[in-house]
This record gives sequence, C-alpha cells and structure tokens, in this order.
Amino acid sequence: MYNFDFTRPTDLSAAVDALRGDGAQALGGGQTLIPVLKQRLAAPTTLVDLSGIDSLKGIRRMGDMLVIGGGTTHGAVAASGDVAAAIPGLVQLTSKIGDPQVRNRGTIGGSLANNDPAACYPAAALALGATIETNQREIAAEDFFQGLYATCLEDGEVITAVKFPIPAASTYQKFEQPASRFSLTSVFLAKMQDGSVRVGVTGAGADGVFRHEGLEQALSSDFSASAVDGVSVSAEGMSNDLHATPEYRANLVKVMTKRAVEAVT
Amino acid sequence: MATISMTVNGKQVSGEAQGNTLLVEFLRQELKLTGTHVGCDTSQCGACVVHVNGESVKSCSVFASACDGGSVTTIEGMANDDGTLGVIQQAFQNEHGLQCGFCTPGMVMSIADMLKNNPQPTEAEIREGLKGNICRCTGYHNIVKAAQSAAATLAGAAQAAE
Ligand SMILES: Cc1cc2nc3c(=O)[nH]c(=O)nc-3n(C[C@H](O)[C@H](O)[C@H](O)COP(=O)(O)OP(=O)(O)OC[C@H]3O[C@@H](n4cnc5c(N)ncnc54)[C@H](O)[C@@H]3O)c2cc1C
Ligand code: FES
Ligand code: FES
Repeated sequence: MYNFDFTRPTDLSAAVDALRGDGAQALGGGQTLIPVLKQRLAAPTTLVDLSGIDSLKGIRRMGDMLVIGGGTTHGAVAASGDVAAAIPGLVQLTSKIGDPQVRNRGTIGGSLANNDPAACYPAAALALGATIETNQREIAAEDFFQGLYATCLEDGEVITAVKFPIPAASTYQKFEQPASRFSLTSVFLAKMQDGSVRVGVTGAGADGVFRHEGLEQALSSDFSASAVDGVSVSAEGMSNDLHATPEYRANLVKVMTKRAVEAVT
Repeated sequence: MATISMTVNGKQVSGEAQGNTLLVEFLRQELKLTGTHVGCDTSQCGACVVHVNGESVKSCSVFASACDGGSVTTIEGMANDDGTLGVIQQAFQNEHGLQCGFCTPGMVMSIADMLKNNPQPTEAEIREGLKGNICRCTGYHNIVKAAQSAAATLAGAAQAAE
C-alpha cells in the first residue's frame, strides 16, 4: 500500500474542506477501500476518515421516511428497532452483509458510493426509491447508480444521509456467493403504501443493480408467487462469470422474487 | 510519521504510525503484541480480529490512526489477571477447539463479542456469528462446542453473582 496523509475530522465541514485537496479521498468503514489500497488500485495522497463525524451517524424516522446517516454502520442498522419496525427488509439486508466484523465497520454511504454490482444496499435504495442526500444536493436513487462501480457522485462529494420511504411491506432475499459473501443474485421487494410493488435486483445485471419491470407489473396486479411464474426473465443483460451463467442468474431472479413474495404474505 | 495513543488491554500506550499503518501492524510491530495474527491480509479470515471501542473488527482492515484515542482489546487482554486462561480460552482447551491454533485468537475475540451481544446463542447463531473466521484445521465442530461451553460457564457465573 502506498502511503498517504491520514486525517480524521470530527465535523462535516472540515471533512468537505479536506476533500477539496488534490488527491484526497473519503474513507468510510474501509471494508472496500482498504483492500483496494492494498492492491494499489487507488493511490490517494490524503485519506479523510469520516468515522469520527457524529452527525453522519444515526437513524431517525421523519414522517413517512426513514433517514439513515451516511456514516451509519451495517451493524447499527441491523440492530435498530426503528428500522425493524419501519423497513424490516433493511434489517434482513444488513444482517446478511459479509460477517459481523465487516458490519461493525462498513457503512451505508461507503456501500452506495462504491456501487459494487454484487452489493446489497443498492437493491434496497432502488426498490424503495430512496433519496441520497450529499453535502451538495439530493439525488434520486434511479439517477444515482450509473453502471458497474459508477455513480453520479462528484469528486469530494460526501453522502450525508439516505432517505427511504417507508413501504407497507419489504423483504430482502439474498442468494449468497459463499466465498465472497456478497450477492450472487438477490432481490429486494417492496410493497409500497399505494399498493404498487417494486423489485430491485443486485448481483445479476451486467450493468449492476436494476429494477425488473415485468415482475413489478405482474406483482402489482396479483401479489402471489404464482404471478411470478407467468413472467419471463431474460438472460440477456445478466452477467456471466465463473460463479454463474446469465441463464442461471435469470432463473435466480424469479426464484428469489418468489421467496420474497412468500416471505411477506 | 505521527504519534498515536490508545488504551490497549487497559493500558495507555503510544507509538509511531504512518498514515497507511494498519492497526494489526501497530499492534504486532510497534507494541509487540503478536497474539493477533495475520492470516490473509484481505479481510477474509478473521485471524486478526480485535475489539475497538467494544466492537469486534478485523485489524488488518482498520488503520491504526483511526483508533487514535480509542480503546483496543486484543487476545493478550483475554487472560485472567493472574495469567490463567480466561473463560473462552479455557473452553477452547477443554473442548479441543484448536489444532494449530493460528485462527484461535480471532475466534476467541469474535466469540467474546458475540456472547456480549447474545449471551445464549443457538448453534446456528454461533456458526453465523463466526462467518468471518476461517479455520483450516478443526472443521469448526469443537469451536462451536467451545463457544457453547463458554456461554454456559458465563451464564452460570452471572447467575452466581446475582
Ligand atoms: C469479507 C467481506 C464481505 C462483504 N460482504 C458484503 C455483502 O455481502 N454485501 C455487501 O453489500 N457488501 C459486502 N461487503 C462490502 C461492505 O459492505 C463494505 O462496507 C462496503 O462496500 C463499503 O463501505 P465502507 O463504509 O467500508 O466504505 P469504504 O471502503 O471506506 O469506501 C468505499 C468507497 O466509498 C467512498 N465513500 C465512503 N464513504 C463515503 C461517503 N459517506 N460519501 C461518499 N463516498 C464515500 C470511498 O471513498 C470509497 O471510494 C463485504 C466486504 C468484505 C470485506
Ligand atoms: S488477516 Fe485480517 S481477515 Fe485475515
Ligand atoms: S486451528 Fe489451525 S486454523 Fe484453526
């Protein structure tokens, strides 16, 4: 790992200032960035550790929204009674990320900013229609994710919070790749307050996270596992690697969606 | 280089760290606490698990400077004050929960954190809780037994104290 300066500001404005410097990069929980630095795939000159900023941490309910601070760890979300009451799918999702030690460090902001095609949070953000709040603006999830490891975040922009609309029901069904512990193909299903159903899929798409319109339409008019049978999920656009073929992933999308429907009915 | 300070196993310590010094490097090389092991250095194996501010973390995936001013517990802090094995360590010996012992420090630290949050875990919860710890020798059965036996001993001690 190349060396860099390390700073750990305690308030957001100091962090944003530090991130304006040339070659500065934010550090969340480091559970992705530290392995990347070890492989010398990134070479920041300054690392700005966000973990000392209390205002980025925490979970609160604001009317019909659940707001999770950008520096909140997966472990804190998994253990939160407020999250369990409002969006149980987020407890299922976070309690299955990696292992307890990864969850004690990794953060929602880091996970979304990284947009790993096999990461879990992007499926929830997209399915629930979350709003990603940064130090500069608010971004709708559908505009935020821009393909593999790509987002619309600008250099030095910090995710300060994520606002999730509270759905009528939600669940996350993860099919794990046992070696990496990431998703091979997983589905976040949300039944919104207006009755519409939204299906976010991660791990499967060659371009990263996506919503499946066919499944959403079928389930919005008939919320049953058998409605899933009638939908054809194409292997086109699914990723292909040594763990699974596109056809296998396409089939998993249906299997995991069925399990999701069964889990909330 | 910067001087950083932290409480390690109850003692105030300070030492030199670069920006990129990992916590495990600081513990092993600067403080000579070599009980914490490096198995993979890629966040996979859990041999390096320690507690930072009361939570288990992989010390190969945390920077030392991020722990400046914090409190760290390592396997060296798990023995009793008189030097005899702590409850979880003793359970590993009783249940033959180790063979080569390389993974054991991380296993003990993960189990300690698990039992703090969930004093009476089921077998499934123990296996789930040890997902970040890889053992190449034991096949895990006796590690799970050690965790169960430590949970029972700690529960007994808690009851006796009431
Ligand atoms: C063994 C293992 C298993 C894992 N399993 C899973 C899994 O099953 N599912 C899953 O989803 N993930 C998994 N992960 C990844 C984990 O969830 C990471 O925590 C996450 O991807 C990155 O979050 P972080 O806070 O650690 O970010 P970091 O690693 O610190 O940063 C990642 C990127 O985000 C940027 N960043 C960090 N915070 C912010 C912020 N607030 N605003 C803007 N940019 C920011 C950084 O500059 C960097 O580019 C696993 C990781 C490991 C090591
Ligand atoms: S050495 Fe840290 S997880 Fe393997
Ligand atoms: S006892 Fe040898 S690796 Fe676990």
